[in-house]
Amino acid sequence: MSQLIQLAADGQASIVADAWTRVVPPAAGEESVRKQAGKVVLFKLTGEQTYTAEQIANTEIPATGKILVPLTIWQARKAELQSRLAAGELGIILATNETAEALQAEFPDLNTLPLIAVFVERFADGRIFTLGNWLRTRFGFKNELRAIGDVLRDQLFFHKRAGFNSFLIRADRSAEDALASLNDFSQPYQGGVADVPVWRRVNRA
Amino acid sequence: MYKYDPIDQQIVNERVAQYRDQTRRYLAGELTDEEYRPLRLQNGLYIQRHAPMLRIAVPYGLISSKQMRKLGDIAKKYDRGYGHFSTRQNLQLNWPKLEDTPDILAELATVEMHAIQTSGNCIRNITTDQFAGIAPDEIIDPRAIAEIMRQWSTFHPEFALLPRKFKIAVSGTEKDRAIVQAHDIGLEFFKDAQEQMAIKVWVGGGLGRTPILGTVIREHLEWQHVLSYCEAVIRVYNIHGRRDNAYKARIKILVKALGIEEFKRQVEEEWAHLKDGPLTITQNELDRVAKYFEPMPYKTLPAHDASFDAAVASNPAFAAWVKRCVQPHRVPGYRAVTLSLKPHGKAPGDITSEQMHVVADLADAYSFGELRSSHEQNLILADVQVSDLFAVWEKARAAGLATPNIGLLTDIICCPGGDFCSLANAKSIPIAEAIQMQFDNLDYLYEIGDLELNISGCMNACGHHHVGHIGILGVDKDGSEWYQVTVGGKQGNDASIGSVIGPSFSAEEMPGVVQRLIEVYVRERQDEERFIDTVRRLGVAPFKAHVYAEKETA
Repeated sequence: MSQLIQLAADGQASIVADAWTRVVPPAAGEESVRKQAGKVVLFKLTGEQTYTAEQIANTEIPATGKILVPLTIWQARKAELQSRLAAGELGIILATNETAEALQAEFPDLNTLPLIAVFVERFADGRIFTLGNWLRTRFGFKNELRAIGDVLRDQLFFHKRAGFNSFLIRADRSAEDALASLNDFSQPYQGGVADVPVWRRVNRA
Repeated sequence: MYKYDPIDQQIVNERVAQYRDQTRRYLAGELTDEEYRPLRLQNGLYIQRHAPMLRIAVPYGLISSKQMRKLGDIAKKYDRGYGHFSTRQNLQLNWPKLEDTPDILAELATVEMHAIQTSGNCIRNITTDQFAGIAPDEIIDPRAIAEIMRQWSTFHPEFALLPRKFKIAVSGTEKDRAIVQAHDIGLEFFKDAQEQMAIKVWVGGGLGRTPILGTVIREHLEWQHVLSYCEAVIRVYNIHGRRDNAYKARIKILVKALGIEEFKRQVEEEWAHLKDGPLTITQNELDRVAKYFEPMPYKTLPAHDASFDAAVASNPAFAAWVKRCVQPHRVPGYRAVTLSLKPHGKAPGDITSEQMHVVADLADAYSFGELRSSHEQNLILADVQVSDLFAVWEKARAAGLATPNIGLLTDIICCPGGDFCSLANAKSIPIAEAIQMQFDNLDYLYEIGDLELNISGCMNACGHHHVGHIGILGVDKDGSEWYQVTVGGKQGNDASIGSVIGPSFSAEEMPGVVQRLIEVYVRERQDEERFIDTVRRLGVAPFKAHVYAEKETA
């Protein structure tokens, strides 16, 4: 069963097969676990390195089919990926500690990408919402915007309103169950990426 | 006050359904503790020492008699017959069962109430002056904008999971009573040179572990842009605020790290994209909301009432209450009444179900059916006729709600502390009670005069200890409870953070320590000087010397 929920142009949600293969770098040789005041640090800060040079070099990239590649891999190995981009077989993964500006520096017209995925390592990392919003409103991205990683049903309504139109539900959870959460609220107060504040939407007088 | 339309009602109803299902999944083991945590927190539910604690939102401290009765009934049915008003003007229940919380929320929804975003890393309940709309020194009534902001911040899709909690206060008076400088964003409303409603925006204030007063990020913001500007501020924070260390995650740390100039540059850059967009508040929407906050249908009354004057002259107890608990009103013949939730020897801010019914009845009989809660943890009847004050006093006194101590040493701001809160390092309520009993002499309290004493059980500073004239902070030393004392903190336009006087004290020592601080003040004060004025004039040294000299000879 696929874990991928996709919104059609009319907003209708359905579970669909995932045509994309996610390129995952190998685990780092020595994962350094940072600690602060006895607590393990759980979040990468903005601008912090995502993968080491060694990981990037050792990443295996499938020779055919649609591939979803981390931005850092693209940056380091774009020569060998150019043809895939031209063929419409390349999507990019942006991590929440990476910036939309860095993505645009690589792809001045983001719409050359059929798919951008934002990877959220931990569901509580709300940067994904601002990134989604920016990609849609500031950078004019019109194609598929996908939330991947620690994606759970209780955040889906926010993801949707922040501009995401596909959601890869975490592997151990039911995408079928998650569908219901996309409709938690029927008339939200504030605007989202696709709508205006309620007082511009309906007559409340 | 604001009344729900079908859209507001649908949102709280859908929230109840959403939360009911989330709680069901948690109890069924489908959600882990870690996954359920932000969900329950954003519905005001903490897991505490003895039981969960549920924090119910009282938006900007305004509550109707009907809502108050419902809270009283809920406290009786699902809790132990009492609640606790917090320093964010909300009501906390200390003993509900987790399984019951969806039903409690469903009951709240029937009276246009909820617990949305009363905790968690999101935009919290927006607070304001308890005398909004009636204060003689008010320039702008900020409540309509506060309500518009409440709606904007409710389930905001972009700011649902911020690095840390985010608190906004609004104030429209000459004399700040909302501590705007101690908030993540403080909005100070004023009339500009063109007589238009404008806002001075403060950012990066906050108490907690690292107390910092806010900085002005914008001197003049047109009211129409308040949502877009706040959105720009919070967006910069959402992206760049630290998430790797909860103790350094508040916006104040980001503002300090970047410097206000760089932070402001980023905000303005972001705002340039948002300004004049759909977030611009329309006159139409302001008018729609503002009509709920129009002045009450006041009678034309004489400024004086002979029977009231006679009662003050002949009844010293009533006169004392009038002096401390009755506040001025902008309409002649009306006053605001503060009902003290600080009787000596009881937990500050606590109120029983029966008392909730009494105050609801008082509101219906004497104050247009509305009440306010203050961040000082008292309740206010905002619109009482002078000729009714004696009757209000008698009824409030019979219910234990007329301790004439507002603004005095025993009007202590106090968090629930180690008796209830799992975050606390130390108990706070027993300290407050012991100090109240040490000073359980009204004549002596009046002799001491205006003094704000604030107690927090840990550095999260729910009891606002940093801005108390005397601040007490519970600390943990090798597993035992100790108390650190500050003096010289102050809320208001000239806010300041208190200075620590020295090594901490045991619980038993605390009433004596406060006693000795007062002795220095009484000895040194000049003319009509308040405690805080004496501290500011002399500095900490004489207080420290006396407190620790006594300690050494003891």
